[in-house]
Amino acid sequence: MNLLDIVLAIPLVGFFVLLLVPRAAEGAIRAIALGFSLVAFLASLGLAFLYETIRPGEQFVTDVVWVTSPNIHYHVSLDGLSLWLLILATFLTPICILISWKSIRSRGKEFFAFMLLLEFGLTGVFAAQDLFLFYVFWEVSLVPMYFLIGIWGHERRIYAAVKFFLYTMAASVLMLTGIIYVYNHAGTFNYPDILAQLASGKLAFSPSQQMLLFLAFFVAFAVKVPIFPLHTWLPDAHVEAPTAGSVMLASVMLKMGTYGLARFCLPMFPSAARACAPWIVVLAIIGIIYGALVAMVQPNMKKLVAYSSVSHLGFVVLGIFSFTQNGMDGAVYQMLNHGISTGALFVLVGFLYERRHSLAIADFGGVATPAPWLSTAFMITMLASIGLPTLNNFVGEFLVLQGSARANFYWTIFASVGVILSACYMLWLYQRVFYGETPAEVRHRVFDLKPREWAAIVPLIVMMVWMGMYSQSFLPAVRKTTARILEQTQVNVEIRVQAPTAPTEVAHAR
Amino acid sequence: MPASMAPAGVEYIRFLPEIVLILAGALLMVLDVLLRKQAREIYGHISILALAAAMAAAVFAYSSPGSAFSGLLIVDGFATFFRVLVIGVGILTVLSSYRFLEREGAATGEFHALLLFSVAGQSVMVSANELIMIFIGLEISSIASYVLAGYLRDDKRANEAALKYFLLGSFATAFFLYGIAIVYGMTGTTYLNVIHTGLHGGPVAAAPVFIGVAVALMFVGLAFKVSGAPFQIWAPDVYQGAPTPVSAFLTTGSKAAAFAIFLRIFMNAFEPIARDWYPLVWGSALLSMTVGNFAALTQSNIKRLLGYSSIAHAGYVLVALTAHSQTGTAAAMFYLAAYAFMNIGAFAVVSHLSGKGERFLSVDDFAGLAVKQPGTAALLAIFLMSLIGVPLTGGFFGKFYIFKAALSSHLVWLTVLGLLNSAVAAYYYLRILVVMYMREPSEATAEVEPLSLGLRAALVIPALGTLFLGIFPAWVLDFAGKSAALVR
Repeated sequence: MNLLDIVLAIPLVGFFVLLLVPRAAEGAIRAIALGFSLVAFLASLGLAFLYETIRPGEQFVTDVVWVTSPNIHYHVSLDGLSLWLLILATFLTPICILISWKSIRSRGKEFFAFMLLLEFGLTGVFAAQDLFLFYVFWEVSLVPMYFLIGIWGHERRIYAAVKFFLYTMAASVLMLTGIIYVYNHAGTFNYPDILAQLASGKLAFSPSQQMLLFLAFFVAFAVKVPIFPLHTWLPDAHVEAPTAGSVMLASVMLKMGTYGLARFCLPMFPSAARACAPWIVVLAIIGIIYGALVAMVQPNMKKLVAYSSVSHLGFVVLGIFSFTQNGMDGAVYQMLNHGISTGALFVLVGFLYERRHSLAIADFGGVATPAPWLSTAFMITMLASIGLPTLNNFVGEFLVLQGSARANFYWTIFASVGVILSACYMLWLYQRVFYGETPAEVRHRVFDLKPREWAAIVPLIVMMVWMGMYSQSFLPAVRKTTARILEQTQVNVEIRVQAPTAPTEVAHAR
Repeated sequence: MPASMAPAGVEYIRFLPEIVLILAGALLMVLDVLLRKQAREIYGHISILALAAAMAAAVFAYSSPGSAFSGLLIVDGFATFFRVLVIGVGILTVLSSYRFLEREGAATGEFHALLLFSVAGQSVMVSANELIMIFIGLEISSIASYVLAGYLRDDKRANEAALKYFLLGSFATAFFLYGIAIVYGMTGTTYLNVIHTGLHGGPVAAAPVFIGVAVALMFVGLAFKVSGAPFQIWAPDVYQGAPTPVSAFLTTGSKAAAFAIFLRIFMNAFEPIARDWYPLVWGSALLSMTVGNFAALTQSNIKRLLGYSSIAHAGYVLVALTAHSQTGTAAAMFYLAAYAFMNIGAFAVVSHLSGKGERFLSVDDFAGLAVKQPGTAALLAIFLMSLIGVPLTGGFFGKFYIFKAALSSHLVWLTVLGLLNSAVAAYYYLRILVVMYMREPSEATAEVEPLSLGLRAALVIPALGTLFLGIFPAWVLDFAGKSAALVR
């Protein structure tokens, strides 16, 4: 049992503790939930300190048998790809609990219990190194989110919740088929072991097998990302979810998809991934531009932010499928950036909603007058989201565009349009909401940030600046791992002609 | 066969569960006359004691495995697995029927006696190793079930259900019997293992048409019993009309026993010609899943919905049979156990909520149950999650094993279509979750009574079982895997 196991266990323990607390003790329920999520976050910071940046492979490994036949292990570990994503999940959970402090008026016990269960599922997804375990966490994280949207969401919540569940479920059963197929050939769910078998040539898929398996995994991840045209569940789910749900959904759950692409699709099926890269990139670029254009015409703030996610996630997919070092680094960094800045946008939109009880842009105006601090926070977040230098998104987008330029310069030209468009819709939103005439309702109802809200938004802004100014805190660990993934995509490309090269030799050769 | 020789003592031990059940059933019928109006719960208590004793006897019998009565019965791991399963289903049915019978004013010894006879019949079925014995077990179980389905005499729907079940059931049994006759004519035997060797390149192989007809006829009979498409028409009506605890019993215990003989006949006797029959089962599996799931999508009556879902679940088990491998058999066994837990649990909640005269059976009647009785709602949520196939429940591992076995047998398309089917199924189970958790309380949930002790047990035990199978599946699966090898 190492620190990672403890980080994974804390939310689950919290979930069970909450189930035992009587539902009348609302204050205690919130405090317990916040306490557990904070402890989990602090413990996950310990992971960041103990993580050895120079080592690219798995760290904090625990590998014990769960089920003997078929051979399923509880195998968790972290590397540069998963470390920061896991911390992102533990970082955002206490913030989400804070912002739900007042806004969740009914059935608080279930709400906070589901938040902790969601945290358990999400951290598990990023830590799992056993394909079966990964699938278990993948599905387990679906259930609490379904309830969060369906019970505490806005008007069309039930439709959105069911659509979200069915989309993800339908796509992930294809992945399950793929997982079982891989198991039947490799004889194990142990992911590092499968990669080793692939590298040594002991396990080999024919091109057509590889293509079908790649697609089975890809569809599951593409729905989650979401990649255009599989994105239609996203605006519904984001808009209808309660604020905390939107934050977790946008900031962490979407990353499950891009994480899966980088973690599983590329290393396991490299030739298929390379063969499909052109059209996937085209879809990503369509997503970037389409998401931005649709965001521009949204009358609803939350929907605008939701479509901006489609656009931003397009960059991540572009970076991954550029097959370049910078592109991959940028993609991973952009996953984190999007988690922070879009999370913050949803938090701030949630604040506005709590005050004005409306999400329509038209109902706002001149908010900067009654709530200057709120406006400042929104301004910084918005600028981060646009990709202003010195703030976080700039670093990621720059790396992605650089990487894609190396792969194909035309991709970069089209993708950059998205950056310009993001400035358009964001600045326009800001202008309409925060400047201009202040209607009477806004003047009476909208007040400035309260201490609890400060506590929720300041950490996010600090991270935007930190990640924008000093990416060296994060990127080296990422780079080690992405370099390894890229190596794996080159090791078993096409059918081997010469004697297979051992992975270690390849590592030396580079 | 040396029929004149008296059976040895150990053979009685191997037959002990059935003896216990039949004696207890007979005792209940006598008590019914003697006790008349007093203390009606005593019947339930006696049934539970008898079933518990029978379960102990079944486990004890496994300590001396082997055949009994000239090889008519066989006590192996497979038989023991299913004996424990059907007897366990019997116990849960009795537990969930206490309150139901009291509410409907129908607590008699008759109900429990019939239930015990039906379980005894199932117990014979699952341990039979010979076609006539299988047939006798099937009839004992079925005839008791027909009566149970129409047990609420004054209920029109129950009468319709019983009549339909009886007529179509008899028809299907006739098909089955006809199949047996042809097999006997072809091979000169009714012993499964002798048929197996006979088909293995013996003289029978020279007449493929006749044996094909026999297989088809028996398939029709068995597909009817497991409610596999296209012989599923009766199932929704019967499951909807029968008293709720009986529906729970029919969809789990009866179905498990029917699948046990299905597996024994097709994986043992007809195994040598698996290549010829598996396309038949392939089609039936796909059809059952599709018909069951798509028809369930539009149902508003919860019992009917669970009835259609039960057809779909039969389809999943048929996928395991299509795989015609040892892992497939083990997967089917595991799935039937998991399905028994989750479906009995779900029906127990339905029975709890439906109120006197089963008034509240619409899906909408579940509205707000999570507010009124969070515990009950959470338990039903576990059962529904398991029926959907969400990880950490028995239903998920069951599906996983089945489709893993199917992929091992290169049934890629059946696997993909089956799994997509399970995504379709998620929709109608989610509907129940939606009304339960996301709507305001309805008339039904407003006057829902507190959980009685029996129902509480009938809910908590299956819930624990579902989670146990979902988190520690190895124990049951290992046993199933070992027993699946013993089928022949």
